[in-house]
Amino acid sequence: MELADILIVLGRVLAVFVLLMVLTLLNVWLERKVVAWMQSRIGPDRAGPFGILQTLADGLKLFFKEGITPQKAELGMYILAPFLAAIPAFLTFMVVPWGETVTIAGRQIPLQGAELNVGILFILAMSSMAVYAVVLAGWSSGSKYPLLGGVRATAQAISYEAALGLAMVSVVVFSSNQGDGVGTLSLSQIVERQAGTLSNTFPELPGFIGWLPNWNLFAQFGAFIVFFIAAVAETNRAPFDLVEAEQELVGGFHTEYSGIRFAMFFLAEYINIFSMSAIGATLFLGGWQGNTFDGRVWPWISAILPTIYFLLKSYLIVFLFFWLRATLPRLRYDQLMQLGWKRLIPGALVWLAITAVASGLYQFGLPGDA
Amino acid sequence: MGLIREIIKGLRVTGSHLFEDPVTVKYPQEFRPKPQRFHGRHVLNRYPDGMEKCIGCELCAGACPARCIYVRGTDNPIDEPVSPGERFGFVYEINMLRCIFCALCVEACPTEAITMTHLFEMSSTTRQDGIYTKDELLMAADGSVPHMFPEDEFADLGELNAADGWVRATAPSGAAAYEGVQMWQGTAGSASWEPEPSQTERDA
Repeated sequence: MELADILIVLGRVLAVFVLLMVLTLLNVWLERKVVAWMQSRIGPDRAGPFGILQTLADGLKLFFKEGITPQKAELGMYILAPFLAAIPAFLTFMVVPWGETVTIAGRQIPLQGAELNVGILFILAMSSMAVYAVVLAGWSSGSKYPLLGGVRATAQAISYEAALGLAMVSVVVFSSNQGDGVGTLSLSQIVERQAGTLSNTFPELPGFIGWLPNWNLFAQFGAFIVFFIAAVAETNRAPFDLVEAEQELVGGFHTEYSGIRFAMFFLAEYINIFSMSAIGATLFLGGWQGNTFDGRVWPWISAILPTIYFLLKSYLIVFLFFWLRATLPRLRYDQLMQLGWKRLIPGALVWLAITAVASGLYQFGLPGDA
Repeated sequence: MGLIREIIKGLRVTGSHLFEDPVTVKYPQEFRPKPQRFHGRHVLNRYPDGMEKCIGCELCAGACPARCIYVRGTDNPIDEPVSPGERFGFVYEINMLRCIFCALCVEACPTEAITMTHLFEMSSTTRQDGIYTKDELLMAADGSVPHMFPEDEFADLGELNAADGWVRATAPSGAAAYEGVQMWQGTAGSASWEPEPSQTERDA
C-alpha cells in the first residue's frame, strides 16, 4: 500500500468525522428551531445569525464545566461509558456511502468511510454496542434513577433491535430482484442497485409508474415504516424517550454525568439520529442516487450533487424525527413493549415472508412452471 | 387504525404551526403591548402646581393586603406647605418584594395620590433595593417620573409615564350618572385623558 492510499483512507475517515461533528452542531440547533416553530415560538436566536452558533456555545460551556464524579460511582466504567457511546455512533456512519465514487488524479475514491461488504451487519452490531454504553453508564453511576434508565434502555433496545434488523433484512432480500438474483449486505451496492427509475427493477410496469425513481421505498414501504419506528426507538427519541424521561427519571442514564462526559452522550445521541436517517435514506430513498445532469452543467456540480441529494434525503428523515418529537406524547412502558413485540416484530416478519415469497415468484416463477 | 388517524391529526397540527408566525417576541428588545389598566410600579402624583397629592392618611397602608406600604403623616409646615391639605406623608415606602400589585391602595386613596404605571422590570440584587422610598416613588415637579436606570439600553422610559388605567375608569362612584364624566385629576405624564367608553355604550 502506497503512502497516498493511506492518506486517502485517513482523509475519508477524517471527512466523515468532520461531517458528523458539523452536522451535529447544525442538527441540535435545527431541532430546537423546528420544535420552536411548531410550538409557535421563536427558538434560539442569540448566538450568531439565527442562533446557529447556539450549539457551539453550549458545547464550549460543557467543555469547560467541571466533571463531577459521584462518590458511589464505579470509576472505570463511569469514565469509559461516554466513550462507548460516542465511538459506535461514529463507527455506524463509517459504512454509509455519502456520495458517488469520485476520480481524483486517476484514483477511484469512494465517498464512504469504509467500503464494507457486510455493512448492514456492521450497522446492527454497532447500534447494539451503544446499548452497553447506556447500561454501563446507568449502572456505574451508583444512583437509582440512572440505573432505572439504563435498565429501560436495555429492554427497549433489545426489543426494537429485532424489528430494525428484520426491516433491513427485507431490503436485503428485495435487493436480489435488482441484481443478479443475489441480495447484498453492502450499503454501497444497495445504493447502486437503486439507480435509475423503477422500470429498471420491474420492466413490466406501465410507463407512468415506471417513471418513478428506483427507490426501495415504493416496494418496501412496510419495511420502511417498521424501520422508521424502530429507528426512533433505537435512538431513544420521543415518543420512545422513556429511557431519559425527564419527569420521572431526571435524565435517565446520564443523570450523574456533567461537563464533557455529558456532552459525549449528547453528541452520540444526535449522531445516532443522523446516522439512522442516513441509513434510512440509503436503504429506502436511494442514498446519493439522483439526477446529476451529467454533461449539461459544470463537472464539479455533477460531482457534488450526489452528496447534496444524500443530505437532502437524510434530512427529510431527520425532519420526521423532529416532527414526531414536537407532536407525540411519551409512550408508557407497557405500551412500548406491546408495540415492539406484538406489532412491529410480527409485522416485520410477515413483511419479510411476503417479500421473500414475492421475490422468489418474481425471479423463478411458480413452482413446477419450469 | 384509530391510533394512526390520531397521530396524523396531531402531526397536521404541529406541521401547520411550522408556517405560522410565532406568538412570542424577542423580549428585551421587543415588547408585547401592555393593556391600558396594566398594574405596574406605583407612582406618587403631584398636582399641576407642584403640590404633593398625598395627605398622609395611611388609607393605602390599611387597604394593602400584603402589608407592604409604610406611611407616616405629619402636619404641613405653615410657611412652606407640601400638600394642599392639613397633613402630608413625610415617609412613604413600598416593599416591592411583598407587593402583589392588586391596586387596592390606588382604590383606597382619597386624593388619587398613588397610582400605578406600566413599569414592571424591578429586579434588584439586594433586598434593600426592593424597598422603594418616597424619593423614588414621587414624580418630579414637572410631572415626569424619573426612571431608576435610564441609561439601561433596554429601559423603556415611557413606561413610568403611562398612567394607570384605574383612574380612567368610567363612573368612578359606581353610579351610571357619572358615565363619561371625567372625575379625576390628570396623572403622571398626562394632563388629562378622555374617558374610556362606558359600559352602556360598549354593550349597546
